Amino acid sequence: MIHSLFLINASGDIFLEKHWKSVVSRSVCDYFFEAQERATEPENVPPVIPTPHHYLISVLRHRIYFVAVIQSEVPPLFVIEFLHRVVDTFQDYFGVCTEAAIKDNVVVVYELLEEMLDNGFPLATESNILKELIKPPTILRTMVNTITGSTNVGEQLPTGQLSVVPWRRTGVKYTNNEAYFDVVEEIDAIIDKSGSTITAEIQGVIDACVKLTGMPDLTLSFMNPRLLDDVSFHPCVRFKRWEAERILSFIPPDGNFRLLSYHVSSQNLVAIPVYIKHNITFREGSSQGRFDLTLGPKQTMGKAVESVLVSSQLPRGVLNANLNPSQGTYTFDPVTKMLSWDVGKINPQKLPSLKGTMSLQAGASKPDENPTINIQLKIQQMAISGLKVNRLDMYGEKYKPFKGIKYMTKAGKFQVRT
Amino acid sequence: MTDSKYFTTTKKGEIFELKAELNSDKKEKKKEAVKKVIASMTVGKDVSALFPDVVNCMQTDNLELKKLVYLYLMNYAKSQPDMAIMAVNTFVKDCEDPNPLIRALAVRTMGCIRVDKITEYLCEPLRKCLKDEDPYVRKTAAVCVAKLHDINAQLVEDQGFLDTLKDLISDSNPMVVANAVAALSEIAESHPNSNLLDLNPQTINKLLTALNECTEWGQIFILDCLANYTPRDDRESQSICERVTPRLSHANSAVVLSAVKVLMKFMEMLPKDLDYYGTLLKKLAPPLVTLLSAEPELQYVALRNINLIVQRRPEILKHEMKVFFVKYNDPIYVKLEKLDIMIRLASQANIAQVLAELKEYATEVDVDFVRKAVRAIGRCAIKVEQSAERCVSTLLDLIQTKVNYVVQEAIVVIKDIFRKYPNKYESVIATLCENLDSLDEPEARAAMIWIVGEYAERIDNADELLESFLEGFHDESTQVQLQLLTAIVKLFLKKPTETQELVQQVLSLATQDSDNPDLRDRGYIYWRLLSTDPVAAKEVVLAEKPLISEETDLIEPTLLEELICHIGTLASVYHKPPSAFVEGSRGVQHKRLPGSAGSGESVESPDTGSAAGVSEAPPAVIPSQGDLLEDLLNLDLTPPTTTGPPPPASSGMQMGAMDLLGGGLDSLMGDESEPPPIPLRTDTPQSPQLPHQSPSPPDYSPTEVGPGDHAGLVKLGGDLGGGPAMGTGFGAPPAAMPASFNVPVSGGLDDLFDLGGGVGMPMGVFNPPKTVWLPAMKAKGLEISGTFVRRAGVIQMEMTLTNKAMSVMTDFAIQFNRNSFGLAPAGPLQVLTPLSPNQSIEAALPLSTVGPVMKMEPLNNLQVAVKNNIDVFYFSCQYPISMLFAEDGKMERQVFLATWKDIPNDNESQFQIKDCHLNSDAASNKLQGSNIFTIAKRTVEGQDMLYQSMKLTNGIWVLAELRVQAGNPNYTISLKCRAPEVSQCVFQNYEMVLKN
Repeated sequence: MIHSLFLINASGDIFLEKHWKSVVSRSVCDYFFEAQERATEPENVPPVIPTPHHYLISVLRHRIYFVAVIQSEVPPLFVIEFLHRVVDTFQDYFGVCTEAAIKDNVVVVYELLEEMLDNGFPLATESNILKELIKPPTILRTMVNTITGSTNVGEQLPTGQLSVVPWRRTGVKYTNNEAYFDVVEEIDAIIDKSGSTITAEIQGVIDACVKLTGMPDLTLSFMNPRLLDDVSFHPCVRFKRWEAERILSFIPPDGNFRLLSYHVSSQNLVAIPVYIKHNITFREGSSQGRFDLTLGPKQTMGKAVESVLVSSQLPRGVLNANLNPSQGTYTFDPVTKMLSWDVGKINPQKLPSLKGTMSLQAGASKPDENPTINIQLKIQQMAISGLKVNRLDMYGEKYKPFKGIKYMTKAGKFQVRT
Repeated sequence: MTDSKYFTTTKKGEIFELKAELNSDKKEKKKEAVKKVIASMTVGKDVSALFPDVVNCMQTDNLELKKLVYLYLMNYAKSQPDMAIMAVNTFVKDCEDPNPLIRALAVRTMGCIRVDKITEYLCEPLRKCLKDEDPYVRKTAAVCVAKLHDINAQLVEDQGFLDTLKDLISDSNPMVVANAVAALSEIAESHPNSNLLDLNPQTINKLLTALNECTEWGQIFILDCLANYTPRDDRESQSICERVTPRLSHANSAVVLSAVKVLMKFMEMLPKDLDYYGTLLKKLAPPLVTLLSAEPELQYVALRNINLIVQRRPEILKHEMKVFFVKYNDPIYVKLEKLDIMIRLASQANIAQVLAELKEYATEVDVDFVRKAVRAIGRCAIKVEQSAERCVSTLLDLIQTKVNYVVQEAIVVIKDIFRKYPNKYESVIATLCENLDSLDEPEARAAMIWIVGEYAERIDNADELLESFLEGFHDESTQVQLQLLTAIVKLFLKKPTETQELVQQVLSLATQDSDNPDLRDRGYIYWRLLSTDPVAAKEVVLAEKPLISEETDLIEPTLLEELICHIGTLASVYHKPPSAFVEGSRGVQHKRLPGSAGSGESVESPDTGSAAGVSEAPPAVIPSQGDLLEDLLNLDLTPPTTTGPPPPASSGMQMGAMDLLGGGLDSLMGDESEPPPIPLRTDTPQSPQLPHQSPSPPDYSPTEVGPGDHAGLVKLGGDLGGGPAMGTGFGAPPAAMPASFNVPVSGGLDDLFDLGGGVGMPMGVFNPPKTVWLPAMKAKGLEISGTFVRRAGVIQMEMTLTNKAMSVMTDFAIQFNRNSFGLAPAGPLQVLTPLSPNQSIEAALPLSTVGPVMKMEPLNNLQVAVKNNIDVFYFSCQYPISMLFAEDGKMERQVFLATWKDIPNDNESQFQIKDCHLNSDAASNKLQGSNIFTIAKRTVEGQDMLYQSMKLTNGIWVLAELRVQAGNPNYTISLKCRAPEVSQCVFQNYEMVLKN
């Protein structure tokens, strides 16, 4: 099981260590540093690194490496999932997961880690339970604690820990009972030079914020559940009911949680919301290159495409770019060669474009690589797969909750090759 | 205010100050002080000096303070064992606390204090907690047993905690069950044979019930535990699969992968025609695809596992090629894995897409990735024949880009394509030659030189090209030097008139100016070959090359099976058996997939089940690589597929070196009882290796000596009278001689050894008559005729040796070249008397099937070298494949049925046997004599169908369906085998047996 955890910042300092079994010397991280040195980019450090006596499994989140040390055969995914859970918990508790935040709350961090693992076995990882055990720090509570001398550690046995619905605490009470669901879809796509789609798939999630009194039992049904053939559920969802009726039936956790994530594969027809016309050329023998980009909306069902951000890693030989955007602003970082253009909203009547020249090193040969263009965007009030919630019902409690559903489409890894 | 304030006190008397605060009366001050201590501890400061003061704070009602003190204790108890005893009382008291949270906390913390003295005190509270009324306490206590076991295993066993833990598997609370399973699994890891997790249908049922209700982590433990179970039959297997499949929709990827492991394993037991089997296959694809949309670290682990799954069951993901397409900002480790899987999934259906993608990747920035992409194009060409042309043109496009490393990789793979499809794409050579100057990596240079040498006759200026390489000969790497030497010799053999000077030059460079023994020896061998018999040289150097195989980097089937049982573990990430690398896993048991036999199998015979499973796996016994001839005479380029041991070329070379001293060969082949004389050679750097190749009879290691090389030596040995007969000798690659058998035994005994005739032969066995293998005119008067027989499981080669020369022959010895089924003499050739002129002698040579293996063409070809006092002679003969049919070749009916279905239809071949006038029973009897067993007979509309099985000595099963129609002399036979190469041979054998 998980032996130890080291947190390492971007400059390679170990700023926190925690051991659940015997103490493992910090020097074990030297193997990690070696791998880090070999990797050209921070994210290229391999996730599993063997050392003579241990294995190091790491994830990189928020520019912090979370390095777990294991000694015997442990499923690596188990470790990685656990590390993700640690990151999520920190974020949940401190708002951000940064070195500063962790150092500021080091005792809480220690208490949390101790609560999350026992002898390397996960103990309590549900945020609901953890919050009952260890109260998240708030300015108010810190002040109250200082004045009254009370503590931020719960005195009671976490009730959810043992019930059949371990994800929900008992005795929840709200004056305003509300349940909000966000259907968020991200399109991952690769578009080739000529504009045709090589692969496109949708990663969707339904995130919920449920603040309901008591033990509500919810059902959520869809207009077109056929779309959901590849789904992962929160443990609260009754799988049998889904299999039989294609209805999500569950007792929700209290607060924010991810109800469902789904995947619409490349075998389905995935709508592509924008098109891009590009012309990035270099001529042999010339120290100038042409750059010409135009964006336009495609299959958006009439909804506006917003928060568009175009970025591209230009070839190494490019010294500078002198471009003229028809709207928005652009920046070019001559060190990383990263061009990014903040377009904003696409107006279908007046398509945004970015045109101009790139200057190359004098005398250098024409760059070999073709830059790939990365697009980020948002479309409100639409799930691009067409998924629609039919109705939400509540059983088990008498009050009338306030219900809300929101749809949103984003670009995930949306890449256009040139 | 934040915790960072705890770090700010850096005054001199920090510890002193803390001490004062810890002993303060004020509760709040105490707590703040402990927090400061903890904060210092977390950043690695030594605050162990405060131990007694902190422990004093332990007796408090304040839960947070208690927890903080516990944290401190866990960290420092080890360094202060005596002090730690002070804490014991509080622990024992806390274990009785009315609040279960405190009881659990106490037992949890006690287990973390790794001090021997404390463990004794721990036992009683732990026993109580294991039976606590509150499941939260029980579940914590279960983990505590594992902790204690880690500290003092004996104590845990003596106290009977293991049994209590086993009882907890039946606990009513799923969380307790999950933790008990986790604890037992961890303990079992250090006791591989303890049978702690004794799984039976009842416990399995309990685990499956708990699976639905416990936490995600508990599900992982339970699933991993389930994967160790072997179901009794396919029905149980199916019911477990049904209950595990919902886990595939879990949000936690580790749960998903553990479920995939269980399903992949239990699926082996399901009959392939079952509807459920197909449903299950379909259900496995989406979760695997979903894993690929997760974070890169998860993707990496998933991809490594998918790589295994794709090798075992390619059908699961065959339609999902697109999800493996690389995004430009994937981390490099994800990119490389995706590429690997893309090639494995490449097929005729999707090759166009794949090639377009690969071409795109070849223009990316990352050099490693680009190289691998170019290589991948070559692998596609070799794998999907229909795409070869497109691949070659893609490669040519890439060469046109003139990007240095792309060109070099392209040339290396084009060389492989030439090997795979000879005489098809040579038109591109001109383009390749244009890039000669830009090659600076040895592998690419060597590949290019190989191409030039191989196709010298089509390249007008081949001599100029090779000459240009020759200028810097000494600066080249060994690989290039060896290749250049061979290429120039090839060129010379093809265009002798213009290139004499060049070949002289390279030979002298290799033999006189080089310090590299391999190079020098090869130079000498070529030199002698060329100077004594150019015809022979041509046959040796320009011999036809064996084909390279299609699939590359495949994991060996038994390892693959084991890894499938370990999906989701570190072993699966590293593709190594778990026993190979993780420390602490003392003697891990090898896991195997259960046999797919199905209902006929019972739990009592898991061995037979797994044996059947293994034998059905595609046999890897006939390597088409590692050909010695090739190593020595042709290629130094490692073909892309070599997985076997390194080619023994160097040992062959050393023979050549020894021989320089004269007589080295004879002494080497002489007395078997003495170690071979090691020639004194002060300038031989390789001499320490020489004993390695001493010809010891039991293992015949000298067989590895290259044939061509050996032939050269024979010549060198002074046999100048070889004449034209030698030329033919070169054609068939001979083998080196085993030790000689010149023990003089009086005559007449040989009759005893001659078992000839039909003695002891079971009824109905057909043995082919003797045929002349080696005519006298080819062997200086020695004539050998012979045949093969199989008696009671022993294969014998029966020979008649006739002396048609004028002088007496003595000192007979025999050796085989490597062959398809590893046939090798099991003992020396028993020709004990000198053979006088015009005398014949019968000899029977028992054969074993454990010799070195090399695929021959035809499959049952055997190349033999026979030595006597006059010379060494070579001949080849073909043995009937029934020699290799084992006596235990009768398959269970069920197994037969399952196997027949399991073997893809592509592997089925049909033949006609004409003019056979036996009825089906007679045929069946006759075939039985040759170990072809009839398993079932069915009569349909006057047609008898015989279902037959046979098993080759190397474990390959051949299944046959023989159709006999009364009155029709033509039989139809369908053969199914995992290794379809053998079908032709088996058919011939059928024909031979039935017609005689």
